[in-house]
Amino acid sequence: MNDNWEVVIGLEIHTQLATKSKIFSGASTAYGAEANTQACLIDLGYPGVLPVLNGEVVRMAVKFGLAVGATVAKRSVFARKNYFYPDLPKGYQISQYELPIVENGELTIRDEDGREKRIGITRAHLEEDAGKSVHEGFGQATGIDLNRAGTPLLEIVSEPDLRSAKQAITYMRKIHSIVRYLGICDGNMQEGSFRCDANVSVRPRGQEKLGTRTEIKNLNSFRFIEKAINFEIERQIEVLEGGGDVVLETRLYDSDKDETRAMRSKEEANDYRYFPDPDLLPVELDEDFIEYVRKSLPELPDAKLGRFVEQYKLKPADAEILTLSRALADYFEEVAENTEAAVQVAANWVIGELAAALNSEGIEISDSKIEAAALAGLLNRIADNTISGKIAKEIFDAMWSGEGGADDIIEAKGLKQITDASAIEKIVDAVIEANPGQVAEYRGGKDKLLGFFVGRVMQESGGKANPGQVNEILKKKLSDG
Amino acid sequence: MVQGTDALYTWSLTDLARGLKDGEFSSRELTESLLRRIDDHQQRLNAFITVTADAALQRADAADKARANGDESLLNGLPIVYKDLFCTKGVLTTCGSRILANFVSPYDATVVERISAAGAVMLGKTNMDEFAMGSSNETSYYGPVTNPWNKKLSPGGSSGGSAAAVAARIVPAATGTDTGGSIRQPAALTGTVGLKPTYGRVSRFGMVAFASSLDQAGVITRSAEDAALLLGVMAGYDKRDSTSVDHPVPDYVAGLSKPVKGLKIGIVRQHFDEGLAAGCEERVKAALAVLKEEGATLIEVDLPNIDLSVPTYYVVAPAECSSNLSRFDGVRFGHRADNPENLLDLYCRTRSEGFGAEVQRRIMTGTYVLSAGYYDAYYLKAQKVRQLISQDFKKAFENVDVIAGPTAPTTAFAIGEKTDDPITMYLNDIYTIGANLAGLPGISVPCGFADGLPVGLQLVGPHFAEETILACAHQYQQLTDWHAQGPEEFS
Repeated sequence: MNDNWEVVIGLEIHTQLATKSKIFSGASTAYGAEANTQACLIDLGYPGVLPVLNGEVVRMAVKFGLAVGATVAKRSVFARKNYFYPDLPKGYQISQYELPIVENGELTIRDEDGREKRIGITRAHLEEDAGKSVHEGFGQATGIDLNRAGTPLLEIVSEPDLRSAKQAITYMRKIHSIVRYLGICDGNMQEGSFRCDANVSVRPRGQEKLGTRTEIKNLNSFRFIEKAINFEIERQIEVLEGGGDVVLETRLYDSDKDETRAMRSKEEANDYRYFPDPDLLPVELDEDFIEYVRKSLPELPDAKLGRFVEQYKLKPADAEILTLSRALADYFEEVAENTEAAVQVAANWVIGELAAALNSEGIEISDSKIEAAALAGLLNRIADNTISGKIAKEIFDAMWSGEGGADDIIEAKGLKQITDASAIEKIVDAVIEANPGQVAEYRGGKDKLLGFFVGRVMQESGGKANPGQVNEILKKKLSDG
Repeated sequence: MVQGTDALYTWSLTDLARGLKDGEFSSRELTESLLRRIDDHQQRLNAFITVTADAALQRADAADKARANGDESLLNGLPIVYKDLFCTKGVLTTCGSRILANFVSPYDATVVERISAAGAVMLGKTNMDEFAMGSSNETSYYGPVTNPWNKKLSPGGSSGGSAAAVAARIVPAATGTDTGGSIRQPAALTGTVGLKPTYGRVSRFGMVAFASSLDQAGVITRSAEDAALLLGVMAGYDKRDSTSVDHPVPDYVAGLSKPVKGLKIGIVRQHFDEGLAAGCEERVKAALAVLKEEGATLIEVDLPNIDLSVPTYYVVAPAECSSNLSRFDGVRFGHRADNPENLLDLYCRTRSEGFGAEVQRRIMTGTYVLSAGYYDAYYLKAQKVRQLISQDFKKAFENVDVIAGPTAPTTAFAIGEKTDDPITMYLNDIYTIGANLAGLPGISVPCGFADGLPVGLQLVGPHFAEETILACAHQYQQLTDWHAQGPEEFS
């Protein structure tokens, strides 16, 4: 990146609220149904129908507002955003415009240098999603699927406080984590439940006035967002350094080509003719309701992270990973509380083996094939020296494959650790006897060969000998010579 | 037919209810008789867009059977017709527009549901100004309705079909909707009773929207008593309409007996300014004199901003309509242009072909007043004036129980007379629009004739004071018989 330029980024994050029914109708919001089977007459914008606000979306928006220290509006108003598009049945989208439900929040991220940085959240407003245009399978025509029409969205708008693609991703991950903690969004980016538009501009370092921005639309993976923003930054700098001007426009990111392309310029953009929707009353909230919601808030990622460091004496970096999702944190805590093993060992296993296994199958912690209690049971066998850490990994794999609990597998496979000193001595003696050359070298001062002997002993024992005891006995016997 | 029950079409809803209850005739007999009446006069009046004869007879038989089994539902077996913007399941619902000329509603409006649940028999759907935009019924895609009092004259609008059908003694009662006077003005011009309830009193669910913050469903009948009977069935909270109000529904019929004596009636100076035809002024003043004679007090009240109601209305209503009518795009229902070249062509031709001139004019006006740069000067300012007008009414009602005056500035005017001059046409609603802007209930009652044409007296009450204005109208009808005088051609 170029040091002469400062990057300014603001994000508009669209989170799909995890309600059972739509924001203004009783139709289901479930994903993936056959086209147009989950759109009722209200979603279809039939003549004469009227919207009725789903109270659940208000509760969810308030939750979010409180979680980011925002002002929850006592009175917010739904407005109509008017434009024509085939996937917008009524010819207007019901959204909040002048009076959103949430304003003036903030959250803190760590920047590239590890410093804390406050990111302002301008507002978060409720709105309905549009349907989808389907361009394949209809020849010259376009198909319309209105299942998504009327799905509730909370659009979270940040201040232009982000200074790099990395910071933007960090901020977005944090919002992702918060909405999932709150249980208001499933965070599924592939299904579009969590997506964002990025407003990107650059300005000469030291200049106060913001540069002309472009808006990159509909980014639905963290990786693409970072790539798209970085591409856009480079592009804008190149334009400006070439003596040109950045044009205020909307751009689309093409992940295949890794580039952004102009979609429409803001000058040709619609005049949306916003006005308050006369079919809906203003949303009026009293202090009691807001307090009631506040009391229902779960422990949030930052607080949990602090507690993990404090209570479990975890490394902050580990605590951060463990608190990224509430489900992972809960899993970890369940393991930690049910095992005799050290908490850090539990953390290592969750972050290491378990996370790797989940990743390799691309599944969520909630679908883990090893339950927290079972993992705790495995760690208990390490703690009480029934097995070594190495054997534990083998057992872990067996457990993952559904072969049963740790104890059953240890029993069935005879993996119980050998801790009988005389048994280990017997193997050690045999190894020493079989390798006279190496013994001589070791005794001649080549200490590094200890590893060789340990390896042989472990191999002879089928990996079951207690490694600590093996070390101890080997050292003693080798030096005895 | 049983002796003494011919000319059932002249009976009031209340009398028909009693007749059915007493077994003087069956719903089938009644329904057949009214269907014949519709048929006989459709060519002359053009009051109906759709007649549901077969379904009506089935319903009538079912109602007779239910009654035999002890069903005493309030409207069991009684006839009703709906202005053609109430969605009726399985029945064409056109809004008087080409764009919905093929639209068969898949559901019933709440009003239809409630009236059906009370046992009424739907005979058909009445003609109207396209999307309720008009004051003469001339903007209908289905052609104008003619006034039963004179076929060259307009019955008013937009609920012109409903008003004409009731005035011509074809049906005793019809539903209508009133956004700026669309129930009261045609009632005045046809010599019928037109009641627009308080905004939020009757659910708007299933009423095709014109201007959502002003639209209200109501009734056209020949007597206040019938209006009370029907309103009682229609009124009430509906969770499907967020703007409907959860306010108890009183027994409007029982409330009719409340005497006029002691009633404080407000008179608005501006309502008698120039613009009001002399014959109308004379009849309205005579009506006020009758009420005074009966013990009411007439008090002059001031509505300082009422002169701004027409311009305010013609910003707010088009703004809302421009958005409400966006859904008619040829994509999901209704008219769709043939062989569109592309999306823009589909939109432009569908809407240009589907909407008539007046609807297009209002969509354009509304789009303009909501546009960036004009919003504050028009829409926002209009909303502020609307607030002022509401406050004026509120203040006036601190001193009076009802406000009385003319419903319309003139009697019925000739078809074609005002079509080239929208402003003059818009001024027809000058006395009625205030009640819509303030969300107040209003009723028009026949109060005599000027040059042989009916004149309407309008009574406006505070929010949810339907009982008061109905009682006042009813008492007036006990003292006069204007409402009983129908057009000779249809006697």
